Amino acid sequence: MQARVDTTPLVGEGAEVTALRVAGLGHRFGDRAVLHEVTFAVAPGDFTVLLGPNGAGKTTLFALITRLYHAQRGQISVFGRDFVDSPAAALARMGVVFQQPTLDLDLTVQQNLLYHAALHGMRRRDALSRAMAELGHVGLADRRHDRVRALSGGQRRRVELARALLHEPDLLLLDEPTAGLDIESRAFLLAHVRALCAERRLAVLWATHLIDEAGDWARVIVLHQGRVLADGTAHDLVARAAASTLGEAFGRLTVGNAA
Amino acid sequence: MTAVRYARCMGGIVRREGLRWVHQRGRFISALVRPLVWLAIFAAGFRFVLGVSIMPPYDTYVPYEVYIAPGLVAMIQLFNGMQSSLSMVYDREMGSMRTLLVSPLPRWFLLLSKLLAGVAVSVVQAYIFLGIAWFWEIEPPPLGYLAVLPALVMSGLMLGALGLVLSSVIRQLENFAGVMNFVIFPMFFASSALYPLWRVKESSLFLYWVCRLNPFTSATELIRFALYGRFDPLSAAVVCGCTLLFMAAAVIGYDPGRGFMARRVVAE
Repeated sequence: MQARVDTTPLVGEGAEVTALRVAGLGHRFGDRAVLHEVTFAVAPGDFTVLLGPNGAGKTTLFALITRLYHAQRGQISVFGRDFVDSPAAALARMGVVFQQPTLDLDLTVQQNLLYHAALHGMRRRDALSRAMAELGHVGLADRRHDRVRALSGGQRRRVELARALLHEPDLLLLDEPTAGLDIESRAFLLAHVRALCAERRLAVLWATHLIDEAGDWARVIVLHQGRVLADGTAHDLVARAAASTLGEAFGRLTVGNAA
Repeated sequence: MTAVRYARCMGGIVRREGLRWVHQRGRFISALVRPLVWLAIFAAGFRFVLGVSIMPPYDTYVPYEVYIAPGLVAMIQLFNGMQSSLSMVYDREMGSMRTLLVSPLPRWFLLLSKLLAGVAVSVVQAYIFLGIAWFWEIEPPPLGYLAVLPALVMSGLMLGALGLVLSSVIRQLENFAGVMNFVIFPMFFASSALYPLWRVKESSLFLYWVCRLNPFTSATELIRFALYGRFDPLSAAVVCGCTLLFMAAAVIGYDPGRGFMARRVVAE
């Protein structure tokens, strides 16, 4: 297991700065180890799929990366800023789409976005123009004065994505973002986030238990029973496991490592 | 520059709480109707049963409605404090708490802002109630309406902070009914909100001390005295002390390094 090395230097910086670095992360609830020696890195422009079945430790990992609580072992840093020492600098560059819905249903789309902007200390004027821009990207600019309750599940998720991008983060975390969405909404979300990765050199960590969300182009981290079993492009994983599909490779990896 | 960001953040949190309050019609109406039901039905029924003698801050015999009005104001704040904080534990709000906590501003500041937002809403509710109560001949001196404002802020902070502590410590509450049974009812009934403590003392000394030590009694008395232009230093001290205590406990409860949150996630 090694951190991936990105060869493209950032403009104006001598050394490459990793967007998200997770090193030796360990966490247990009572006797049960939920995460064990989890180490990986996500570079700017990386679209990384964190693949793992329910119970693999994804929820805990996300709780740690979004600073709900600290890890018992190991470090997390965002653009070189340690999470424990300088949380503000780390959180400011991070956008999150949570698994559970987090919009206020009785507020309008715009009110929800402005609330988020305020949490980041943004000026109202800037927040309004940013909200218009991001809503435009997800095709919901004309719905900004509608109550969230009136939107479909897929539209709500798109609003949450727009909200996560409002403060122009450089690292985007998504926890099971397609849960409960129809095929069309899923495809839109995936395509949009992939495009963001390419255009803005956004670092993305996309957690899912759905194998087909990791296309051939994606980098995949396989998390199983709290351990990282594999880390590489989907193509490599398939080749290494001598499988024909990622699903098959995933099956072999997890069976071989069952406790 | 940073101070501006803090101000924007707090403004946003207060604004959201206000918008939610106005938009959630059910919550809005029930918050107003609840104390009015007590005033119109309970107090009317009991006014002939319970006599209230002359006792500070009142200068004369007062009808029962007048006696319980400050307690009902405190009840509005108690419900509000529990609702705005504890709703995070058991419904979708857990998600919105997480949204709040990924803000880059310090966590204690976010919790304080959340608390102040709840207080702002509860103060407005209290004034609306006092406005309606005026028609029930609950007519404190005009200056009392002004003097009660700091008392409302103080008691609102204390009860909201209590809600925050509970939300960080309690792992699961089935629903709001659980909070009603184990927090709101005991605090409300074992206090001076519905009956003067000297009457409680006559029936049970033990119960008297429970009521006496209940911080909700202090909140009620602080509001009662302030409403009649008087200052009750003991109640004020208790309310301030409890606020600091609860707030410190809430900050610890939400500290990412301490693990109250971590422990709770096991249940998911």
